[in-house]
Amino acid sequence: MSDQSITNILVVGIGGQGVMTATEILAEAAIALGHDAKKTEVAGMAQRGGVVSSHLRFGPKVLSPQIMAGTADLLVGFESAETLRWCHYLKPGALVLMNTARLVPPVVDLGLYDYPDDPLAEIRARGFEVHAFDAMAIALELGDVRLGNTVMLGAMADHLPFPPGVLLDSILKRFSARKPHMVEVNRKAFEAGRAADQAAAHNKATEAA
Amino acid sequence: MAAVMPQFVPHPASSRLLLSGNEAVARAVWESGCKVAAAYPGTPSTEMLEVISTYPDIYSEWSVNEKVSLEVAIGAAFAGSRSFCCMKHVGMNVASDALMTLTLTGVIGGLVIAIADDVGLSSSQNEQDSRYWGRFAHVPLFEPADSQEAYAMTKLAFDFSEKFQVPVILRLTTRINHVKCLVTVGTREPHLGAGFQKEPARWVMTPAGAGKRIPLMFERDKTLRAEAEISPLNTIDNGSDKRVGFVASGPAWMHVRESFPNAPVLKLGFSCPVPLEKVRAFAATVEKLVVVEEVEPLVEAELKAAGIECLGKDILPRQGELAPNVLKPAIAKLLGEPVPVGLTAPAQVFPRPPTMCVACPHLGVYYTLAQIKNLTISGDIGCYTLGAGHPWNALDTTISMGASMGIALGLDKGRGESDKDKRILAVIGDSTFLHMGMQGLLDIVYNGGNVTVLLLDNRAVGMTGGQSNPGTGRNIHGQEAPRVNFAKLVESLGVKQERIHVVDPYQLPVLFKTIREEIKIPEVSVIITDQPCVLIDDYKKQKPYEVLEDKCTGCGNCVDVGCPAIHVTRREKAIKPSGKEVELQFVKIETSVCTGCSLCVQPCAPDAIVHADLTKPMRLVRH
Repeated sequence: MSDQSITNILVVGIGGQGVMTATEILAEAAIALGHDAKKTEVAGMAQRGGVVSSHLRFGPKVLSPQIMAGTADLLVGFESAETLRWCHYLKPGALVLMNTARLVPPVVDLGLYDYPDDPLAEIRARGFEVHAFDAMAIALELGDVRLGNTVMLGAMADHLPFPPGVLLDSILKRFSARKPHMVEVNRKAFEAGRAADQAAAHNKATEAA
Repeated sequence: MAAVMPQFVPHPASSRLLLSGNEAVARAVWESGCKVAAAYPGTPSTEMLEVISTYPDIYSEWSVNEKVSLEVAIGAAFAGSRSFCCMKHVGMNVASDALMTLTLTGVIGGLVIAIADDVGLSSSQNEQDSRYWGRFAHVPLFEPADSQEAYAMTKLAFDFSEKFQVPVILRLTTRINHVKCLVTVGTREPHLGAGFQKEPARWVMTPAGAGKRIPLMFERDKTLRAEAEISPLNTIDNGSDKRVGFVASGPAWMHVRESFPNAPVLKLGFSCPVPLEKVRAFAATVEKLVVVEEVEPLVEAELKAAGIECLGKDILPRQGELAPNVLKPAIAKLLGEPVPVGLTAPAQVFPRPPTMCVACPHLGVYYTLAQIKNLTISGDIGCYTLGAGHPWNALDTTISMGASMGIALGLDKGRGESDKDKRILAVIGDSTFLHMGMQGLLDIVYNGGNVTVLLLDNRAVGMTGGQSNPGTGRNIHGQEAPRVNFAKLVESLGVKQERIHVVDPYQLPVLFKTIREEIKIPEVSVIITDQPCVLIDDYKKQKPYEVLEDKCTGCGNCVDVGCPAIHVTRREKAIKPSGKEVELQFVKIETSVCTGCSLCVQPCAPDAIVHADLTKPMRLVRH
């Protein structure tokens, strides 16, 4: 379908979660390694709380910035139902990293729609491999719910076509420039995300056995 | 932006930077030695001027509307300086009055107008195609396909504008404005303005003067078409698979290259006027010619009129983006090949429309409006357009910037039999009022309309990210600026002093009483709410609230506020003493995001909402 030399990563969640920032950091890491990269969003109105899906494509030369359905190499979901919403963008059998936290929109609270009972099971039933963990709880344990996007980046670190250190450098560089006091806690969040991903992969393997 | 933005030292020349289309255009505007840049915020164009405002040696301003922004740019160009103005697609509808005569005078200093089309309607009320303006106004139009091209074409556009003394339109789309890719940047080259030279026959467009300029415009059309024929912006990729050749522009060209790597493609970067002879020669080299353009079939129609056989909107959609998932099946079908099908269908998941923010002052307004019956509510463009949604359903019309005023007057004067006792109310924000609402209010006053106007002053252009306007008391740099006094302004437009109220939208009983009283009075009233947008620095957070579980009776009054921090944890059916069945909704507050506005506390009958005990560890609300 799409060019084999291009890596397609889809990062999804809701407005205000740091989805676009996380994808930008990922793009910067790819560029640091000499890749061409394009990043694009479908973000709806410039308001909080709506659906956000951020496409990142990198490789020797990227043309269209958009990932076609059925061609993503990796799906990173910052919210449970949002991960389910976009999983048809993946290649068959591809990997999903999923924050199991549920952010319930007003339309569900008002009783107009139901929140899916078990998004994780639905994604797995489609044949995708899922590493699921509660990134919000990890971020809160570290003292700030906004660390969630660094936790998610940490979870991605072992699934990229480059060493984890490149991504970590890209994160820390950003924080050293803008919020130096946040560098250490972000390093911790990154490692916590990596550990959560590894634990989730292990749990999955154990379940299978 | 609300905060004072730091002036930064721009990245050095030859840096390769990850830039959005908006950032790339801003960099190019600065490098081109542009002296004046003006705009009114509008998605997806807003960041162009935001970024320009951070560069040194360039005057930038948020104008009150797009027409004024273009006029400011025209003045600077008449003075011989380079100038820039940008807007979203609908902005040019407002600015076009100036554009259509500007084309007759032309310019001295280079003038570039960037128009951002919201192809796919991510944040707009329509999906019009700004390439029409190139044809309508007889001006050249460039279409970049990504950030690097947006950067390069902006610089070329300034040179071109000066050389041919004509404003140049740069047509962007959301898929350029908001896409980030690598851009190699250069350095600023200062440009000295020649100064304004008096020349009434050129700058004063009387009928006689304008009549003499029209033939010059037609002569210029010929020159521009000849330029397009030889322009390096129009390139041909020969390709090996001659079954289908493409003529494409903008992001659609990227999608064509992605989808059909072996196909011959003529890329139109300088797309108006269309280089007809170049296309004709290209068409002769391919079996079938397909025009891929977003949104309207403009190039297609012009090719067909010139006798060049082609396909376009007969096989491609006339709405939305022409991404690979649209192009591939359409071309497969054309070639009689099997149509690729999606691998898996998308999962069924609830919609997640944008919501008003936690503690937004508009929540108080819409909660109140939803309680009042017998209203027709004429709405406007801004965050408060969301009042049309759940749970309020308290906005009945939205058309264009400032239209709430005129439409309210029309609803009043054009009452049908069934509207005889209806109260007409208009809702408009501070920035939209200053953009184009003032004139409408003056019209209501002058013509004796019976309309109650709710002017929601939240001291920001909220929907686009909290930019400043003449009502915020700050300029584009966040520095102090003269601030409009809305109460005095509407009084001077003729609203009676006793019909003007300034209320706190967090004081629900006062707001309710004021609206109820004013809608009964058969003349124009203006109710101004005066609390800031929660996303700007003026907003001060208060102590958050929580729900005492054992005290919540499930009445659901707080749910009707529509604050996204309130979650229903449990529903139960109950029979009232009257025998009526009701659904109880027990709630929790997401204390970690609550900022203590108290809107939900006021309608809570059992006093179950109290300040949160922050000594306890914060818990996430789960379902």
